Amino acid sequence: MLGYVARRVFAAIPVMVMVAIIIFLLLRLTPGDPAAIIAGDTATPEQIAAIRERLGLNEPLLVQFFTWMGRLLQGDLGISILSNVPVAGMIAQRFEPTLALATTTIVFAILVAVPLGTLAAWRHGSWIDRAVMTVSVVGFSVPVFVVGYVWIYLFAMKLGVLPVQGYRSIDGGFWPFLERLILPTITLSLIYIALIARITRTSLLEVLNEDYVRTARAKGLGEAAVLFGHALRNAAVPIVTVIGIGVALLISGVVVTESVFNLPGLGRLTVDAVLARDYPVIQGVILLFSGIYLLVNLVIDVLYTFLDPRIRY
Amino acid sequence: MTNLAEGRPLPAPGPSALRLVWGRLSGNTAVAIGGALFLLVVLVAVLAPMLAPADPTAIAPANRLKPPSANYPFGTDAFGRDLLSRALHGARISLAVGIGAAVTSVAAGLLIGLAAGYFRLVDALVMRVMDGLMAIPNILLAIALVALSGATLTTVLVAITIPEIPRVVRLVRSIVLGVREEPYVEAAIASGTRLPLILWRHVAPNTVAPLIVQGTYVCASAILTEAILSFLGAGISPETPTWGNIIAEGRIYFQLAPTIILFPGLLLSVTVLSINMLGDGLRDTLDPKLVRRTG
Repeated sequence: MLGYVARRVFAAIPVMVMVAIIIFLLLRLTPGDPAAIIAGDTATPEQIAAIRERLGLNEPLLVQFFTWMGRLLQGDLGISILSNVPVAGMIAQRFEPTLALATTTIVFAILVAVPLGTLAAWRHGSWIDRAVMTVSVVGFSVPVFVVGYVWIYLFAMKLGVLPVQGYRSIDGGFWPFLERLILPTITLSLIYIALIARITRTSLLEVLNEDYVRTARAKGLGEAAVLFGHALRNAAVPIVTVIGIGVALLISGVVVTESVFNLPGLGRLTVDAVLARDYPVIQGVILLFSGIYLLVNLVIDVLYTFLDPRIRY
Repeated sequence: MTNLAEGRPLPAPGPSALRLVWGRLSGNTAVAIGGALFLLVVLVAVLAPMLAPADPTAIAPANRLKPPSANYPFGTDAFGRDLLSRALHGARISLAVGIGAAVTSVAAGLLIGLAAGYFRLVDALVMRVMDGLMAIPNILLAIALVALSGATLTTVLVAITIPEIPRVVRLVRSIVLGVREEPYVEAAIASGTRLPLILWRHVAPNTVAPLIVQGTYVCASAILTEAILSFLGAGISPETPTWGNIIAEGRIYFQLAPTIILFPGLLLSVTVLSINMLGDGLRDTLDPKLVRRTG
């Protein structure tokens, strides 16, 4: 068990290093003078030179890389060009809304998608099945910002039951906090629900033909016990895998959702940094998000051994 | 020999195999509906200059923010520009980016994947890079690329294509690894066929069906990414009528004129939906074993 965990952790390290190398090279290999692009159209040659100096772009490539990596390993993500504040601090400040939105979305999506997918597989070929599959294709196709504006139109403008935009910290009370997360959550979770419901259905369909499901039914277990106790448990590995892979979708969606609903989180920080060409911030946020993605999938790899004791690589 | 499922004789090999595929495709509702809708969007995009009632960039301050009416079926935007004309022209950018990204990423992925599947040394290096690229969420990678190179149609296309390549490479590589052990490939090697010919004639044809399916998914995802880049203000310059740009400009007026966002949003959704339906249908008919991409 411990050996397995250690092997998974060691396998994730080269990928993280590769991510860091790619992000490092992005700035250096892009055609044109990155310092000029970051400085913007109206910059003077002195300003461009200052930015080049600040980002260390005058040093040889290898020196740049090891200086950058050395700082990175100490948690130093650099200084924002725009606001002169350490990037790590900016990220820490913006972390809470994003964490809150991601948590509510994951919980909501799983609570909706797994029963939906189970229902579709259980009534395979029926109108329920077709309806779930239709919702799933539509969920993949409607862009997240369009979903967001449709919800704002319906719930905030027409019905007037929910606030349009903004964020309240949980310190200001649970309901004001939750109330402002409802629309962003149902917006962001649509594509995630589509993904999880689809894989739950496929994975259950495979399992429902197994002998042990027939045995469970034959010994007189109720359908609910068969579905949730026997079938779903054995279908869990692909579902959990997709929940992990889907975190990439979720991260891309967070950037858009936070812009639609004016949430002051990491997604907004990313967009603002891109519009201001604040490269150290862009770099830091991408590193963080990729790291989170890899970490989530590492945890899920380890979870497999609990879900399915047969897995021992 | 008969086809057991249908009780009809199996078709002779050769051209009629194409007819068999066509027969299966035309019987698939998803392919029929998705294909018809997609063709409609392509027609609209090609004919946009003729269909559009007005110049999509003509500014008329007197007519700003008009609601939908007979004269302006989609209404007008904050500059008084006709939104129907802008939306019709927007189809061109979306399709150009979607089809361009699909073709480029499939071509690049095929070349890299063939090399990775056949040469151990290339494989080790290339797959590490692909793992790294796949760990970076698509939109973030595209945003960073655009931010660094300035947003033009070409840079946006490249920025959207690069994050799509690793999945194609993985797909091609896995097919190559399976095929290279097949007897007909061994026979070709044994009879002294040169490697490029083996790859081209014996290995590459196995990738055609899965790549067509993958290509449709890349197309759908590229159209969404382009719209998101425009929406965030990081895409093609705001004067160019793209669906994402129209929606981005409608943001501040949403409470006043929700149709500025809802109409192009609907067009965008229907376009992507048609491509996804086409892709799902093609997958079921051409390649039942392929699992839908999940990233």
